[in-house]
This record gives sequence, C-alpha cells and structure tokens, in this order.
Amino acid sequence: MRLVFFIILSVLLIVLDYHHYLPSFRHLLNNAVTPLQYAVDTPLYMIGKISQFLETRERLQADNAKLRSQQIFLQTKLQRFDALQRENRQLNQLLAASEHLKKQRLELARVLLVNAEPLLNEVILDKGQFNAVYVGQAVIDADGVMGQVISVNMLTSRVLLLTDFRSAIPVQDVRSDARGILVGRGRLAKLLLRDIPSTVDVKVNDLLVTSGLGGHYPPGYPVGIVSAVDSNGSAQFASIQVEPSAQLSKNRPVLLIWPDKAATTAFKKKS
Amino acid sequence: MKSFYFSTRLLIFLSFFAALLLNIIPLSPLVALFYPLWLPLILIYWVIVLPEHIHLSLAWILGLLIDVLHGNYLGEHALALSVLAFLSYRFHLQFRMFPLTQQILFVLMLLIIYQGLFFWMQVFLGFAINFHCMWFSLLASLMMWPLLKSVLRAPL
Repeated sequence: MRLVFFIILSVLLIVLDYHHYLPSFRHLLNNAVTPLQYAVDTPLYMIGKISQFLETRERLQADNAKLRSQQIFLQTKLQRFDALQRENRQLNQLLAASEHLKKQRLELARVLLVNAEPLLNEVILDKGQFNAVYVGQAVIDADGVMGQVISVNMLTSRVLLLTDFRSAIPVQDVRSDARGILVGRGRLAKLLLRDIPSTVDVKVNDLLVTSGLGGHYPPGYPVGIVSAVDSNGSAQFASIQVEPSAQLSKNRPVLLIWPDKAATTAFKKKS
Repeated sequence: MKSFYFSTRLLIFLSFFAALLLNIIPLSPLVALFYPLWLPLILIYWVIVLPEHIHLSLAWILGLLIDVLHGNYLGEHALALSVLAFLSYRFHLQFRMFPLTQQILFVLMLLIIYQGLFFWMQVFLGFAINFHCMWFSLLASLMMWPLLKSVLRAPL
C-alpha cells in the first residue's frame, strides 16, 4: 500500500541521483539544509572564539613573538622565490616545455564544525557559489592538499577528503619523479599509492607532490610522505603506504585554489 | 485539549529537529563508532506512542533530510526509515504491552533491519562498509532507548 509507494519512490530517487539526473533537486535540498548545519556549527564556533578571548596576556605575547619570528624565516625563504620563478620560466623556455608556476588565486575558508559524513571523509566549507567555488576545485591547508570540492551550494560547499575511498589524486615523487595515483582507504588507514611497478624508485620518507596530470589539482603541492614500501619481488606492483601531509583532523583554516584563467574556463566548458 | 495537542506537536517537532542536529554534531572517530542512531530511535518512539499522527511521509522526508545532510544518494535513508516506520506501526499495539527487556529486543530487531537495509544499499551502490561499526552503534542505540523514553515522556 503506501509503503510500497514510498519504497518505489525511494528507489527511483536513488537511481536518478546515482546517475546525477537530479542536480537541481539536490541543490534545493542542500540549500534548505544549510540552516541546520549552521545551527550546529555556530554554537561550537562561538565556544571556540570565546575561549580564544579568555587567553591570558602572557600567552598571547608569547604566541605573537613566536609568529613574528616564524614570519621572518618564511619571508626570507620567499625572497628567493621570485628569482627562482624567473629562472624556472627561462629554463622551461629553453626546453620549450610548458610553464607550471602560473598565477593562482587563493582564498581562505573555514571548515564548518559539522559531521558531514558518517565515515568522516568529507567536510563542509563556509564558502559556496557566492564565492565562485566550483566543483573539482582543489582545497589545501597549510601543510598540504586536503581534497577537492564535490558539490557547491549557495553558501557552503562539500569537500571530498583524500582519505575517502572515492578519492584519487595524481602525484609525483619529488626525489625520483615517479608518478602514480594516490587513493584513499578510509579515515583510519593510510593512503595507498597505486600503479607503481616494483622496479620504480620510491623510498620511505619520500615527499609526494601533486603532479598536475588530469588538470584537477595544480602541480607542486605536497600531498603526503611515504610511510611504508612493500615490494616483495614477486608482486608486479609495489604496495606503498602514504601518510597525508595535511592535518585532516584538526580544525584549521583551509585554502581554496583558483588556477589561472585558462584552466578555469576549461573546467567551465567541461562541466 | 487544544493546548495539550499543540504541546505534543511541538515536542514531536523539537525531538525530530534535535535528532537531525544530533546527526551532524562533529565527532571524533572514536565517538563516531559508538554513536547511537537518534533519528530511528525517536521515530520508533513516536510511531509507537502516537501512531495516527506520524505519517509514513514524515518518515520518508526525514530520511531524505538525513541523506542530504550526510551526502548520500537521495532516497537511501528515506527508504530505510519508511520501512522502519511501517514496521513500528504494524506492531505498535503489541509493542506497548512488552516489558522493557522485550522492548529493547524488538528495537534491536527493527534497528538491525534499518541498518541492514541501509548497508545493503550502500554496498549495492559501490561503497565499502565496515560492519563492526554497525554493532557498536546498535549497542549504543539500545542503551539510549530507556533514556529516550523517559525524556520524551516527561513533558507530556
């Protein structure tokens, strides 16, 4: 009777949503549900802010001094950046290769203090369509790549973290230039580097950065550090485990990246 | 009589609202393992207590909201929650007669069906499922049942 009707309706919805035929309906629901998410996020955020207000003066002064000295070191490191960028461009021109270090726009976003997914492999940011966030956009934190945007609402957007089973990011070993795909295996397990033959040179403590292949993630951003390499000679492919660089479980500000104009128009055409 | 009816409606609305909020509170991975299933529990309670007022469509819509909040395909929780509401309605008369231990067993069965349906759909749609999570959250939900009953009965 009525149950059968609802079962059929649900199955219909699942099938339609699975094939992504329902973007506008989903969009509407997501926007409708945003107040609920902010209802949970706002008190927790306020509590965090208030505890910041109650910091002692000594603690603030010590933090200030530490940040100032950190800034001097970072600025010194950055002094060479312009020169290196120019040199890189010249070398690339000599080799007639394409330039990697294009201009990028970065914008800060905050992770909403909300459980976006039961398995904790997705987060919600407080920037959405109003801020020109697009599907497929790369999201990074201060230490490395966090994931990419998978859906955009008016005021919020949903990010798929690296640790999700559906996540795959093309990476490159900084030391040996080996390329592979880094897939997620759930929140509690390390990432897995796939498609690396046993003969390729990848060692523990190697830094993996985005290779830029596939166009989604801009190249050169740190993704993770190799934590274990298991290449018993019999297997054709090595089993390499990687620890993500980004602090996925800490509540820190994140950055959204807009690559140069050419890439964004290419995305718009594709989607 | 009229004020009684209104306050019950308000309580029902608030309890469902709270259930939705509880579903999106940020959790550490350890707590997420032992987290009770608030919405199914509260739905079971209201269907048993006031079966004429809780329509199947309400359960379906709540399931849809959970789907949207958790990023699932639309309809997964909706289907499971509708089946749960239907089964609770079907047995609501017998359930009222049960002593507490038997009630808990019955709730366990209903929740197993609910989670089982949901996990079956997830596997069918290509997601990997960790079955150990299921037992812990079921246990936590069962422990919440008596507490939930007393909390929801108190204002009435």
